[in-house]
Amino acid sequence: MRHTISVLAENKFGVLSRVAALFSGRGYNIESISSGPTIDPQISIMTIVTSGDDWVIEQITKQLNKLIDVIKLVDLTELDHVEREMILLKVSPRKESKIEVLRTAEIFRGRVVDSSQDTYTIEVTGDEKKIDAFIELMRPMGIKEFVRTGKVAIAREAPKKTK
Amino acid sequence: MKMTGAEIIIECLKREGVKYIFGYPGGVVLNIFDLLYDDKDLKLILTRHEQGAVHAADGYARASGKPGVALVTSGPGATNTVTGLATASMDSVPIVVLTGQVPTVLIGNDAFQEADIVGITRSCTKYNFLAKDVDDLSNVIREAFHIAKTGRPGPVLIDLPKDVTSGKAEFVWPEKVFIRSYNPTYEGNKWMIERAASEIAKARKPVIIAGGGCMISEASDELLELAENMKIPVVMTLMGLGSFPCTHPLALGMLGMHGTYYANKTVQDSDLLIAIGMRFDDRVTGKVDGFAPNAKILHIDIDPTSIRKNVRVDIPVVGDVKRVLIQLNKVLKEYEKESWAELRKVWLRQIAEWKKDRPLTYTFSDDVIKPQFVVEKIYELTKGDAIICTEVGQNQMWAAQFYHFDKPRRLLTSGGLGTMGYGFPAAIGAQLAHPDKMVIDIAGDGSIQMNIQELATAVIYKLPVKVAILNNHYLGMVRQWQELFFNERYSYSNLDVVPDFVALAQAYGAVGLRASKPSEVEPVLKEAFKVKKTVFIDFVIDWKEKVYPMVPAGATLDIMLFEEKEKKPERKLKAVK
Repeated sequence: MRHTISVLAENKFGVLSRVAALFSGRGYNIESISSGPTIDPQISIMTIVTSGDDWVIEQITKQLNKLIDVIKLVDLTELDHVEREMILLKVSPRKESKIEVLRTAEIFRGRVVDSSQDTYTIEVTGDEKKIDAFIELMRPMGIKEFVRTGKVAIAREAPKKTK
Repeated sequence: MKMTGAEIIIECLKREGVKYIFGYPGGVVLNIFDLLYDDKDLKLILTRHEQGAVHAADGYARASGKPGVALVTSGPGATNTVTGLATASMDSVPIVVLTGQVPTVLIGNDAFQEADIVGITRSCTKYNFLAKDVDDLSNVIREAFHIAKTGRPGPVLIDLPKDVTSGKAEFVWPEKVFIRSYNPTYEGNKWMIERAASEIAKARKPVIIAGGGCMISEASDELLELAENMKIPVVMTLMGLGSFPCTHPLALGMLGMHGTYYANKTVQDSDLLIAIGMRFDDRVTGKVDGFAPNAKILHIDIDPTSIRKNVRVDIPVVGDVKRVLIQLNKVLKEYEKESWAELRKVWLRQIAEWKKDRPLTYTFSDDVIKPQFVVEKIYELTKGDAIICTEVGQNQMWAAQFYHFDKPRRLLTSGGLGTMGYGFPAAIGAQLAHPDKMVIDIAGDGSIQMNIQELATAVIYKLPVKVAILNNHYLGMVRQWQELFFNERYSYSNLDVVPDFVALAQAYGAVGLRASKPSEVEPVLKEAFKVKKTVFIDFVIDWKEKVYPMVPAGATLDIMLFEEKEKKPERKLKAVK
């Protein structure tokens, strides 16, 4: 099963490579990993998407926790959470499809962030399924290339109890 | 007062209580070595290879319980420490390895003798540092020792660029270490300990498996109390030998691939495994699917990743072995209305029968020296009180089987990584930790050649280490597998040319002795033990001798091969990986 794990770690030299080395050294999958600083610049947060059975996921979370630089870890899969991914997709449509491209981008609430005579670069944000769907719709129009950020995720705040 | 980085390093090492550094000089560490030239309190032991330095630091640490320290140069000096680090990492040994590095401005430029040692050793250290700032150096060293010693101990490497060790900073000794992201769990969960106690009280056929964690946590007394009070038999892993006295009536010796028949039978038949400070290595469990099929597993370990890594666990207790056992023993006292001796009668009688059926044995010969006989004699003559180092292979298993360790920290052996060439440098480290103790390396003719250059180290520092070479002109364990599982095709396991170890020892200024007949074993050993010098003893042993019992790789623990049952050559077992 797929798990989205959020890892809070010291924002130090080599931390990302320690995490990546852990996965490769022990033969675990990484589907995506994204990393960046938090509100405290000394701490960084990584969102890791991985897969495996319960045994493997238990080992992954334990092994990650064992890394000296890891402060805290949350398996978001078990919690209510929001996840987002961003894609930058460069498409070079034939003249007659240009409008179609722009319309599709609009439907996906995308933005054109760069354009040239032959190409549009479109930015779309959403969960994985939305991004996949966007790619599928753009495919017949002539995708030149795209980059995806990998997932970032955050837990939803529990609603306040009302009296 | 401002100090150079090198001075800060030396000052920090002294404050950490370091007496010896094992090392080897080179370009970028010359300024540190310069300070050691006339230092009275900190002695550098110059090994003849960086691998030897790290193993010696490891041997020092295992024998003394204090962290061992090694200091080497950049590039090849640093890469030569990798095997030593991996050895210490697998066996949870606290060592701190200081490596020189090219100046920070040159890092990444493929400078002369540059290696990305932090990258290389990331997976074989508990943690590693690249010290980038001389102002932070004392903190880094303090944290390195803290990480190496606490929790599940392990090796820590500090990479020291030349400009950091030559730069200057105000020296501040950090009194306390606090690493917010590193907080090992020492106290076991109360509720889990209560559950563990109730399972132990309920069990009809319990067995304790004591591992290296019992040694590291110094929990021998608590382990003895648990076993004796509850009348529970104890088997030990290779790393656990000595944490519980091997001559105790409840002790069943080692389990696993070359464990005793009765230890393996007991584990397989038990209804509760009490696994303490061990990690269910494949050499211990055999085929996992058929391992202790009817037993519940209670697992106590400080490292949560050890729990449920290889086997299912019913009652996990994360914590320091000693503290958990103190708690557990306390809780179990409340149960002590019953008579445990009475309750265990049937189980212990069954085990006694297994013990009688197939004791650990070998066939003595008058003509040719049996390796087991040599180990037995060493045991007899040292009254079981020597520090025994081993290499890896048959020598290691015979030492584990026939030397009965009654005290912890008496067996230094590369259990996890299985590093040939570990024993001799480790013996050098152990001898420095215990100058008055007898330190013996039980070696094979293959293994000893992997770090034989350390003869010079032993001789120069006048270390009376004894090396008993069980010489069969073969890589014996490889040969044994080839005989049993590869149709006697001895592919490259025959060491055609073995040096004359007696002459070789003498060439280095050590004493060389030889025994070729069983009757010579005792007199030669006595002579070796009498001289206060480094001694190599060449025992010309029966080259056909094999280690038994043996659980073939991939079989369950109750499938064992024995010496007498061996019918050559029609019954061949296939090796399963």
